[in-house]
Amino acid sequence: MSKTAKKQTPKSGDEPTARVTARPQFHPDNRGMALDLDWVRDVRINLSAVEARAATLPKRRSVKKVWQAAWLLKAISCIDLTTLSGDDTAERVRRLCHKAKTPVRADLIEALGVQSLDLQVAAVCVYHAYVETAVEALAGTGIPVAAVSTGFPAGLSPFAERVAEIRRSVAAGAQEIDIVVTRAHVLGGHWDALYDEVLAFREACGEAHMKTILATGDLSTLRNVGRASLVCMMAGADFIKTSTGKESVNATLPVGLVMARSIRDYHERTGMRVGLKPAGGISKAKAALDWLAMIREELGREWLDPGLFRFGASSLLGDIERQLEHHVSGRYSVDYRHPVA
Amino acid sequence: MNTLEAFAMMDYGPAPEDAREAHAWLDAHDRRFDLFIDGQWQPATDDTRFDSHDPASGETLASIASASAADVDRAVAAARKAFPAWRDTPGHMRARYLYALARQIQKHARRLAVLETLDNGKPIRETRDIDIPLVARHFYHHAGWAQILASEFPDHEPLGVAGQVIPWNFPLLMLAWKIAPAIAAGNTVVLKPAEFTSLTALAFAELCRNVGLPDGVVNIVTGAGETGAALVAHPDVDKIAFTGSTEVGREIRRQTADSAKRLTLELGGKSPFIVFDDADLDSAVEGIVDGIWFNQGEVCCAGSRLLVHEAVSERLLAKLRRRMNTLRIGNPLDKAIDIGAIVAPVQLERIRGLVDQAVAEGATCHQAECPLPETGLFYPPTLLTDVGPASTAAQTEIFGPVLTAMTFRTPDEAVMLANNTAYGLAASVWSENINVALELAPRIQAGVVWINTTNRFDAACGFGGYRESGYGREGGREGLAAYLRPAWEQRLPMLPLDTGDELGAAAPAGDPSAAFGIDRTAKLYIGGKQKRPDGGYSQPIVAADGQHVADVSLGNRKDIRDAVEAARAAAGWARQDGHARAQILYYMAENLAQRRDEFAAREARLSGASAQQAGAEIDEAISQAFSAAAWADKYDGAVHNPPGRVLTAALHEPMGVIGIVCPAEAPLLAFVSLALHAIALGNRVVAIPSARCPLLATDFYQVLETSDLPDGVLNIVTGRPTELAPVLADHMGVDALWYFGPPAGVADMKTRSTSNLKTVWTHEGRALDWLALGAGHAREILGHASQVKNVWIPYGE
Repeated sequence: MSKTAKKQTPKSGDEPTARVTARPQFHPDNRGMALDLDWVRDVRINLSAVEARAATLPKRRSVKKVWQAAWLLKAISCIDLTTLSGDDTAERVRRLCHKAKTPVRADLIEALGVQSLDLQVAAVCVYHAYVETAVEALAGTGIPVAAVSTGFPAGLSPFAERVAEIRRSVAAGAQEIDIVVTRAHVLGGHWDALYDEVLAFREACGEAHMKTILATGDLSTLRNVGRASLVCMMAGADFIKTSTGKESVNATLPVGLVMARSIRDYHERTGMRVGLKPAGGISKAKAALDWLAMIREELGREWLDPGLFRFGASSLLGDIERQLEHHVSGRYSVDYRHPVA
Repeated sequence: MNTLEAFAMMDYGPAPEDAREAHAWLDAHDRRFDLFIDGQWQPATDDTRFDSHDPASGETLASIASASAADVDRAVAAARKAFPAWRDTPGHMRARYLYALARQIQKHARRLAVLETLDNGKPIRETRDIDIPLVARHFYHHAGWAQILASEFPDHEPLGVAGQVIPWNFPLLMLAWKIAPAIAAGNTVVLKPAEFTSLTALAFAELCRNVGLPDGVVNIVTGAGETGAALVAHPDVDKIAFTGSTEVGREIRRQTADSAKRLTLELGGKSPFIVFDDADLDSAVEGIVDGIWFNQGEVCCAGSRLLVHEAVSERLLAKLRRRMNTLRIGNPLDKAIDIGAIVAPVQLERIRGLVDQAVAEGATCHQAECPLPETGLFYPPTLLTDVGPASTAAQTEIFGPVLTAMTFRTPDEAVMLANNTAYGLAASVWSENINVALELAPRIQAGVVWINTTNRFDAACGFGGYRESGYGREGGREGLAAYLRPAWEQRLPMLPLDTGDELGAAAPAGDPSAAFGIDRTAKLYIGGKQKRPDGGYSQPIVAADGQHVADVSLGNRKDIRDAVEAARAAAGWARQDGHARAQILYYMAENLAQRRDEFAAREARLSGASAQQAGAEIDEAISQAFSAAAWADKYDGAVHNPPGRVLTAALHEPMGVIGIVCPAEAPLLAFVSLALHAIALGNRVVAIPSARCPLLATDFYQVLETSDLPDGVLNIVTGRPTELAPVLADHMGVDALWYFGPPAGVADMKTRSTSNLKTVWTHEGRALDWLALGAGHAREILGHASQVKNVWIPYGE
């Protein structure tokens, strides 16, 4: 993916496009900016009000029938299909890649009448050790490989090694790098240090897309989440991402709401788009719909696109597939009827 | 629409709630409902009926009996018949019935929600997630009150039959707010739902039967305004509880003026929504959505006046306009609809008319881009800018999805603009600075203040207004208290009614200076100064033995005007802490004690009482001054913990300026007891001493002058109560009137109180034995001297 990908005007939503595609229509175009500490310190987040909005949002929006099927397909197109376990092996990664290419059973795709979508997940996300394996397995599909990096998940290895890790993953073929930030910079309010760190990672990524993991479960307050989001965007992040999946609390709607609003503010003030990736803990189709509804409400239709929104997930895909089978057949399905990743 | 097209659009499709069960329920009743009287469905005597419509579709839902005055009479008779047994039912048994009702509501929650949405037009999201859960919560909470009533309200008793009239905007919730506390306290009720929205009340009647509630405890009479008027006018109703427009509230006050009916009114509003520059603006925008676009803006406490700090005004309004475009308006049974239908054509016309008028007055009108359904009664979310405090749209309650926006520069200016209204129902304050928020909350004249939240309700937290938004509270301890009275009231010895509303008898029978040495001039006491009366007249005062003892100033309406202005100017008294007020009240007691014998002699001479009787009265007055001082730092409010991470501080705030028309009996004691307890809480007082014995009050101002009482806190205007009291009752700057003057004036005072809907406290013409009242009476006075403001404070970082 190129940093200079052309911008497209958002579709008004009343007319289907001539050629409907599940591939990214939009792309982050964040060039970053100088650290603006006044803006960072000006961030105000009211926890109770954010929680109230997050709690009612899923109850204010609901999609049914054909719209639900469409939204679930959209969710699949936004998945970074992920395996980040100590027991990963090359074979396991190849299996994941196979599922990434054919995320939904062919008979369901046919029944839904969406063969033309050429549906596949947005990316496959692995540790550095399996980047080459995944790149090879996905050759010709256009599915990028994302590598978690910079001492994932704690981010506490020596700085030079973290930067070198990015370069090695890019050299191995990763088109997307999911970096982790030093939580201490956020917790201590060292915004300049955080900015410099992310800027250095950004440079190391080169042409690769950089997703900045805030590890919100470690940040304690939503105010920290809001400020860290802003600093990371100023430092040039293409995406901001909630979690490694290894913290005790992963992607929650209130955290996602704060990050989405930060992205909106940043876009309103600078004109530049940044993507959002919730990761960890999103395993049910209903949760995915809630996230999509929140993105549509807070960021707009444009962000409902794999170019600007991703789910970091592994078991989510299976649940969505079951829901799609139910939509097609009217019968509730069971997990073993769907090919595993 | 196929999946591929839906994928391209990523819109929300229709997500309709299934209404079949609700329709089946209507069908099971043949879509025809009678009145619920004495536990039975009874047809209206003259068989007049009206239809209830679905405002979203125009469809007729059911035919409903219209209760005539004769039907109301039957319902009141049923309630009266059921009252003694229900009153005497043990609290625990009443609690079981309320608990059963709460469970019934939960069991039938969805059917009730759908029925409410069909009948009212509000979104199913709201009826399902807000209205009906709050209804169940209200019955649970009050089941608890029934259980512990005897120990929490010792020596109290229910009022009798409550007549309750409710609006169409939260039909079942308003029913719950009315019925739950009434029956928990042992009253029986006759409730009239709004004619647009009777169905859930009728469904509730059925639930009452399901739980075996004794016949006659709850009666539902459906109908229009005339039915309500018949209920309000019914002579055998002991209390009227009304929620609705300020206009009708006024009319009810007038209609009930010549009766002893208790009255609580929950009326209109034009509530401010204040956003400071340090607020979480995105959250504030959601707050605005919940403030003004909740229930189509058909909410008495809707945050309809947006006040934004100048520094963030543009940013906030830009965010708001963007947000408005994501609102979805349409079929209220759709689960993904934010704004449903306006309840009736007449309301839609009113909204249109007011917005047109605003635009004609120069307002800029921004309406959301969201498409409107082609049929049904819908109005788009509307933002009016370029409005000033003088704009009609900023002053008038629109009761629709219309927001006006203005800016402010400082916290003081925000308070000034917020309070620049005749209403005082609610306010919302948004700031991340707790200092700003907690400074503003007490300064805003409103019964509810939400900090960084809005339109939150809970059974444990009282809801109700200041000013012309009405009086009385619903919910919480204070809401329950509105359905109880102290049992000692009925046990008090009744003294002969004092009808002497004029100054002393015939001609002077001697030289007053002969009796007291040097001639003393009893002036008026206004703004901390002794003032000659504006009119320049005095009246002779005659002792019990017929002797002319002194002349007293004959105050007139201008003196009342000056006294009220002095009292209003002394607002700083309310901001003094209770300890400081107590010091001054103790000092008054001390100075009165020093002159005890002089006051006792005066009292004996004037009233003809024995020296011992007179002395006892002065001693009790000194004790009452101590009582006032004692309470000054103890009449504290409460802190509630409603569901969610939020504290609600129920503040006991002073009424403001209280006009006191003093009783003739126990002239000094009654005056001291009433006035000092009033000022103990921070009120300022304009007192009219009784016509017969004003001298003890005027003597008392010398005590005031030596006790460091700030100017204007207590003002005394002597003269003819029949002339002066109406001026106080009419005065818009008087917030409460305590009338213990000549009985003939009671009804007139209540009628005149409608000027600004001030509260009126009277003993309904009964004279009390002030010496025999006992300590319990202080709480009674303090209750009338204060109003409860609930401040909602969510927290968390």
